[in-house]
Amino acid sequence: MDQNYRLSDIGLINRDKKLSFKFNDKTYYGYEGDTLASALIANGVHLIGRSFKYHRPRGFFGAGVDEPYAIVQLYRNGETEPNIKATEQELFEGLEATSVNCWPSVNFDIGAINNFFKIFLPAGFYYKTFMWPKSFWYKVYEPFIRKAAGLGVASTKHDKERYEHKYEYCDLLIAGSGPSGLASAYAAAKNGARVILAEDKARFGGTLLTSEVNIGNQSGKEWAEGIIAELKEMPNVTIKNRSQVFGYYDHNMLVMSERISDHLPKTRKFHPKQRLWYIRAKEVIISSGSIERPIVFGNNDTPGVMLSSAAKEYLKVYGVLVGRSPLIFTNNDSGYETAIEFKKNGVDPIILDTRKDPQSEIVDEAKNLGINIKFSYVVVAAQGYKKVKSADIAKISDDKEQLGVVENIKCDCICVSGFWTPTIHLASQSGNKTKFNEDIDAFVPEASKQNETTLGAANGSYTLDETLKSSFETGHELSKKITNNNNKISFPNVVEKKSTTHDKFWCVPLPEGKNYKRFLDFQNDVAVSDVEIALKEGYRSIEHVKRYTTLGMATDQGKTSNLNGLQLVSNIENKVVPNVGHTTFRPPYTPVSIGAIVGREVGKHSKPTRKSPMHSWHEKNNAVFVDAGVWLRPRYYKQGNENLFEGSKREAKNVRTNVGVCDVTTLGKIDIKGPDAAELLNRVYTNAWLKLPVGKARYGVMLREDGIVMDDGTTTRISENHYHMTTTTAQAANVLSHLEYYLQLVWPELSVNVVSTTEQWAGAAIAGPKSRDLLQKLFSNSDVSNEGLPFMGYMEGDLFGVKARIFRISFSGELAYEVNVESDNGNFMWEKIIEVGQEFKIQPYGTEALSTLRIEMGHVAGSELDGRTIPYDNSLEGLLSKKKDFIGKRSLTREAFTAEDRQKVVGVVPLDKKTSIPEGSHLVKDSNAPLPNPKLGYISASCWSVEHDNPFSLAILKDGKNMIGEKLFAMSPLKNKVIPVEIVSSHYVDPKGERVRS
Amino acid sequence: MLYIKCPHCGMRSQNEFSYGGDATVKRPDLNKEVSDQDWDNFVYNRKSLRGKHLELWQHLSGCRQWIKVERDTATHEIFRTLKANEDNS
Ligand SMILES: [Zn+2]
Repeated sequence: MDQNYRLSDIGLINRDKKLSFKFNDKTYYGYEGDTLASALIANGVHLIGRSFKYHRPRGFFGAGVDEPYAIVQLYRNGETEPNIKATEQELFEGLEATSVNCWPSVNFDIGAINNFFKIFLPAGFYYKTFMWPKSFWYKVYEPFIRKAAGLGVASTKHDKERYEHKYEYCDLLIAGSGPSGLASAYAAAKNGARVILAEDKARFGGTLLTSEVNIGNQSGKEWAEGIIAELKEMPNVTIKNRSQVFGYYDHNMLVMSERISDHLPKTRKFHPKQRLWYIRAKEVIISSGSIERPIVFGNNDTPGVMLSSAAKEYLKVYGVLVGRSPLIFTNNDSGYETAIEFKKNGVDPIILDTRKDPQSEIVDEAKNLGINIKFSYVVVAAQGYKKVKSADIAKISDDKEQLGVVENIKCDCICVSGFWTPTIHLASQSGNKTKFNEDIDAFVPEASKQNETTLGAANGSYTLDETLKSSFETGHELSKKITNNNNKISFPNVVEKKSTTHDKFWCVPLPEGKNYKRFLDFQNDVAVSDVEIALKEGYRSIEHVKRYTTLGMATDQGKTSNLNGLQLVSNIENKVVPNVGHTTFRPPYTPVSIGAIVGREVGKHSKPTRKSPMHSWHEKNNAVFVDAGVWLRPRYYKQGNENLFEGSKREAKNVRTNVGVCDVTTLGKIDIKGPDAAELLNRVYTNAWLKLPVGKARYGVMLREDGIVMDDGTTTRISENHYHMTTTTAQAANVLSHLEYYLQLVWPELSVNVVSTTEQWAGAAIAGPKSRDLLQKLFSNSDVSNEGLPFMGYMEGDLFGVKARIFRISFSGELAYEVNVESDNGNFMWEKIIEVGQEFKIQPYGTEALSTLRIEMGHVAGSELDGRTIPYDNSLEGLLSKKKDFIGKRSLTREAFTAEDRQKVVGVVPLDKKTSIPEGSHLVKDSNAPLPNPKLGYISASCWSVEHDNPFSLAILKDGKNMIGEKLFAMSPLKNKVIPVEIVSSHYVDPKGERVRS
Repeated sequence: MLYIKCPHCGMRSQNEFSYGGDATVKRPDLNKEVSDQDWDNFVYNRKSLRGKHLELWQHLSGCRQWIKVERDTATHEIFRTLKANEDNS
């Protein structure tokens, strides 16, 4: 029957709005305000999945973020997402979910065979079993584990949802909106502080929603609602539900994930699905509350065994009964609260209390209500496979060692309360040490490391009066420090039931002759026996025990299992818990979707795209683009069905025979001004710069201090104290930082300013034997003859009314020029060059032809200047001044750098003049030598020489100076190629450099 | 993510800066004889301190100034920040 376990008159759900949903293909109904978990329980569904290792039936254990079991595969609006907690997923119309870890179905699961062979799956099972034989790993073990393991299936489709990032600053960030969060937020907000209050759940209020307390003559819930309503109206307050602060990083930077659309059938237009907040807070209040601890007993993973606080939450928030004959198993007063709620709603619970004779208000109340209470009693084991059907119970001796006669009683759920564990994850992530609080058997934060304060249950304070008092005070004090205001809030009167001490009891001994599995970690199937084995095998450090057994390593990060694990280790090792220590808490506190972490930085937004002013011309003219750093550059301009090889060959050839034009806007440009500019260049570059005349350019190489070549380029003296430096596209940013470093820190006495002008200038390289004829037509008012503008000369010119800079420099080895105009005129310049160039058969050329031209000329570039080579290696030793010092000079005297057989750039030609040599190939003497074959050098760049019409490569080769004429082999194991080659000069074309000067 | 006070711009997030290493290393003067050991110490040898460390950062996505930051390498606590030309004694 529909929602058989739903009560009619209790809860915060909206009964006017009925929602239909599907679980494992069966349709159910729930209400607006339900979670998937509460709606399933309302329908009597307790079997939700199978466990990770033994494939034992799994139900619900908690009602929120602590849930270890109820993980589903979610389907929403055509998308699917794994690893969703049913206890956190809010219900929406049309929601669909399926079980994970079960095949073929949740009711009949083949993996459950593991359960019968569980003797084979003890701690360290994976480490031990799957080690040998090695060949079994790929064929047998790995596919088996892959099929058996996992918490759902990640979608292979592109995620169409949008995720956003937001940066925020505030005076006070408060994580958790329970009593301490609300009180501190209210006090601080009233005192003028800018407050962000974050609540993980859909509803604000935390435990106030479910506890029977009275604050200022209102119920806890009413008081919370009043405070929330007031906070929402305040301009200095941001309050966010469905928002989990999951990470505490350095300098009070916290990260929060906000689930904006996950509770809706589909994301609204222009809304993100989730938003990640990076929050820099002056002060942080950690009011994350506490999580109830289980008590460990036999078969304690059976569906129907759950935390007593969860049972209470299902009842009071969702109006759902987790069972009709509940057994409450407790070692403290909290279990009584749950029992009383059952009783009030017409259900008769039985309480098993491990304590002998507890005296408190709430125990008395339970007695007065006529609830059946058995003191000094424990649950020995749950019985039932897919759902609890009964419980084996027994009296326990005062020393908690001896069980009495085991009886069996009927029940349909077992609600467990083993007292409370403060949620100290954020405080610990902040850098706090923790201390063990004997009173509550749990760790609490010690002295604050950053500007953070932990309040309330998260700090081990379990009474409302005390919590509210300290929270009001702390909110006030922290805000006063920041705002200097002193508006105090009057403290409300608090009425709550006093509770008495809990029993330090956490694990029920096994009855004689029984070998029940007693689970510690419910998600990873780690039982008491596993930890015992790990300790027997010699593991001591809790970090090792954790990894060996996988205790606490599941997606719930051991929220319900860690402390019991520690208790067990401390018992066996006979150490007190603080000496066992605990494992490190690391962010994220709960799983965060990859989408939220990535945000908008997907696809083409993963990095900025820089385009030259001529980009649209390239597009219109069939340019095929290539990524050059963040720039998009034309690789070649496709004609007809040309491929890259054919196109680039055509373009390169046209440069050698006619004239070509290449977009060189991407080259780094740095404007250098000041009376000491020449001195700076003289120190930065390896060659001499003091005597460069105005109107002249010079090629220069700069080194790092360790002698490695950093970059090369030409720098032109525009006027007396004004230089224009060019860098390679890749190193532009580094070179600027490099110059700034020396100017600001090392030689602050130099009066020089540097600034990047890369984006201010559009550049076109015009290269080829007909380039001068073209230039003369472009700049008809200027004398660009060999005398008027000699090699390495510079002039300003008038390009049909546009001011231009003309440099006679060459990268291609041909007679060539580079024209720069202000970026806005880039397209005008380009179109003019193409238009006027028609009569000289001009063709644009891309980076591939550019590469070909420089390789066959033997000009070194990025593939040789790769951060591992010195000037000598690149045949640039002629540029090293002997007369002056420069950055990196001292390093060049190092032994390896001056070795006789030092590597040097050479040319490489295949003997058959046909086979292209793959870049990265190794050069070896004997292709049949046994491995590892001694490597003499490597191919740095390859091209098809258009001048010689055969393949040509550059290589960095050991003793390259003396290797010209040698025959070697180029080997590329990756491409499975062995190519006999001859070593030649790296200057394969025009070795004397006559063309550039012609 | 660290929160660094640029002496020129004020508090800024770490992602606006780039790290520049030990600020106490002094480059040997130009045109001066330097022993191999001294040069190695300048180019390569760093102490990799645990604790207080005076280091260089450049406010790359801001004023582009190189600054000095006194930071605890273990806790990331920043004690003070200085302009490039401020004395760190
Ligand atoms: Zn700055």
